[in-house]
Amino acid sequence: MTAVDTAPAAGRPRAGRVEISDRSRAERRLGLLLSAPAVIVMLLVTAYPLVNALYLSLFSYRLTAPDDRRFVGLANYGTALSDPLFWQDVLTTFVVTFVTVAVELVIGFGLAMVMHRALFARRTVRTAILLPYGIVTVISAFAWKYAFDLQSGFVNGWFGLGDYAWFSGRWSSLFVICLSEIWKTTPFISLLLLAGLAQVPRDLGEAATVDGATAWQRLLRVTIPNMKAAILVAVLFRTLDAWRIFDNVFVMTAGQEKTETFSFLTYRQTITRTAIGLGDAVGVLLFLSVVLIAAVFIRGFRVDLSQVRGDR
Amino acid sequence: MVERVGTAGSRTDSRRTEWTDPFSTRRTGDHPPASPRKQRTGPSRTLRSAVALALLAGGLAACGGGGGTPSLRWYVNPDNGGQATLAADCTRAAGGRYKIDTSVLPLDATQQREQLVRRLAAKDSGLDLMSLDPVFVAEAANAGFLRPFPASEAAQFTDGVFPPAVQSSTWDGKLYAAPFWANTQLLWYRKSVARKAGVNPEAPGFTWDKLIDAALRTNTTVGVQGNKYEGYMVWINALIASAGGQIITNAQKGDDATIDIDSPAGRQAATIIQRLARSRAASPTLSTDIEEQARSLLNGPRGGFMVNWGYIWRAENGDAKDGVISKSIPSDLGWARYPQVTAGQQSKPPFGGIEIGIGAYGKHRDTLAVDAVKCITSTANQKKYMLDSGNPAARAAVYDDPQVKREFPMAGLIRDSITTAAPRPITPYYTDVSGAVQSRWHPPASVNPATTPRRSDSFIRQVLRDQALL
Repeated sequence: MTAVDTAPAAGRPRAGRVEISDRSRAERRLGLLLSAPAVIVMLLVTAYPLVNALYLSLFSYRLTAPDDRRFVGLANYGTALSDPLFWQDVLTTFVVTFVTVAVELVIGFGLAMVMHRALFARRTVRTAILLPYGIVTVISAFAWKYAFDLQSGFVNGWFGLGDYAWFSGRWSSLFVICLSEIWKTTPFISLLLLAGLAQVPRDLGEAATVDGATAWQRLLRVTIPNMKAAILVAVLFRTLDAWRIFDNVFVMTAGQEKTETFSFLTYRQTITRTAIGLGDAVGVLLFLSVVLIAAVFIRGFRVDLSQVRGDR
Repeated sequence: MVERVGTAGSRTDSRRTEWTDPFSTRRTGDHPPASPRKQRTGPSRTLRSAVALALLAGGLAACGGGGGTPSLRWYVNPDNGGQATLAADCTRAAGGRYKIDTSVLPLDATQQREQLVRRLAAKDSGLDLMSLDPVFVAEAANAGFLRPFPASEAAQFTDGVFPPAVQSSTWDGKLYAAPFWANTQLLWYRKSVARKAGVNPEAPGFTWDKLIDAALRTNTTVGVQGNKYEGYMVWINALIASAGGQIITNAQKGDDATIDIDSPAGRQAATIIQRLARSRAASPTLSTDIEEQARSLLNGPRGGFMVNWGYIWRAENGDAKDGVISKSIPSDLGWARYPQVTAGQQSKPPFGGIEIGIGAYGKHRDTLAVDAVKCITSTANQKKYMLDSGNPAARAAVYDDPQVKREFPMAGLIRDSITTAAPRPITPYYTDVSGAVQSRWHPPASVNPATTPRRSDSFIRQVLRDQALL
């Protein structure tokens, strides 16, 4: 997480080290001390498994054939990266992530506006919008699956699609999977955007109105630029979330028809096949890809996770 | 178990049969707390002391297990409670020497294995007995997860048992599991449709080609299991075996086994799958169909034929009685031996069932657990379980019982089918072999006899050597 602290500083004009006062240095030390216990726990529960996974990924090792374990160096990474299945799954994950985040951002923004502007029944409106987010993903996945299922579903009946088998094709399966994702997590993104909307000073909008700006201009020139940080945080969180998609695919297609995702691939190598070595190599690659996404957002787009920083 | 077992299990709608909670480990593994509900009322202090009491009582109960009646934990595949009943019966018969508690595994065969492997790899001493799908015995045995039966014990578990069941329970010349029940698939059909098509599925020489022709003539369907799961592998293996081939040989060589799927038999199997999958006789959802979808296809307006396990008879009668399907369906339901691939060459139907294994790390593995397995797999209990759950017994003698014959009019056919059934490859790498085959042969409509067997052949080899992801 150090990147989070340094990134915004790098973006600013050089402030110079001299300007840090004694007080702020003391505050910084206190901050470090206070966060130390959490960091230690984090290291225990994340760093250890990570290092262990790194170590195991250097072996050809199956849980059910412990005697055949042998050191293979980086061969597992070579196998994974040169395997078309790996890239097919990465592509699937990318498509799901891109489509869902893009659609959710647009719908989520609309819903955030509705929640922000609702004049009456404000609480009811907010609750209604947030409801899908409160439903367990596995359950919502089942609900969508049954809706599109040929034998128990109603979708084909409603739209007169006859015996069109949604889950027998790659893109139709992914369509349903994305739909379910969007339905389920749009409230999350709209909640983050609502927080951003609330931060936009009202005076700015009013000033713009006085200057004769239309509603559209106010949205594009005033509201959105002022909540850029909130939008980027929302997109970052959702992207990381979507990149690790598992439950919906597991429930709806179990990865068939080329709908398998990156984390599903890891699951199947490690848990189903108990090919610990190869599976951990894929797991490490998944981890690296998550780090990469986070780095691109934080460095590239300069997302400031701690929007209100104490030190100046 | 890929077979949907038991009438109660099969009566649940298709939703429940397909997905099971992968995180159920904790739930099924937990020992029930002693009496958590006794002191719920009152302020938080009372609640806290109640929790403490309950925990203490739980701890005491756990300790008490050592002093009182030793308890054996049996992990069972979901059925309609038949195995739990048997556990209670055997507890009673033991007269206080041991008691058997059951824990239910997930519905899907692959996930049952996942949970068992995780427990056994962690040397779980609380896993005494397990209901194992035959295809996973070799893997567990090879990994040292199962306690083998020495020759002196083995005879009583294999006596009068169907050869494929014994074969599937044996690894490296030793018996690692006791056959409990055996399963096979039959060709189920609507008699009215067969009449209309002018065919007799019971006639010798009834092949897959004739079957597909009959369905096409009558605009009906041939239900099979085409989802990317173990059931599809069952179909592929049965077709290859019926054509006189094998998917792998020299399985004892582990990852150096000989792969034989790229053979005339493999290509014949691919030809049949391709023909059915691309014809009007295929289910519209063939590539996602499991047993229950095939059954509801048979009961639907285009129902004609289907290959499926023995549970169908009970399930159809039960559903008709409950009014879920038309009352006229069971009387119209016919059955015949699994269709042939080559006319005149006897088919080799699929083999399934459950074997009982003893965990290698259980406290009572050499004493009480063996006695419990004896009790569970006794001929009398196999018969009882067959009548109870509808799952066919592993001993041929049971099928001559008048009560069994009355309950299962097709008992003789099931017995003959199991006797000549072909087990799926017996190898410690079964999951990889099966997964690799499914990966290259799915969806069924993509199968091409010219390429699929060849590609799956090299793919299995790569997967076994960690040279490809699966």
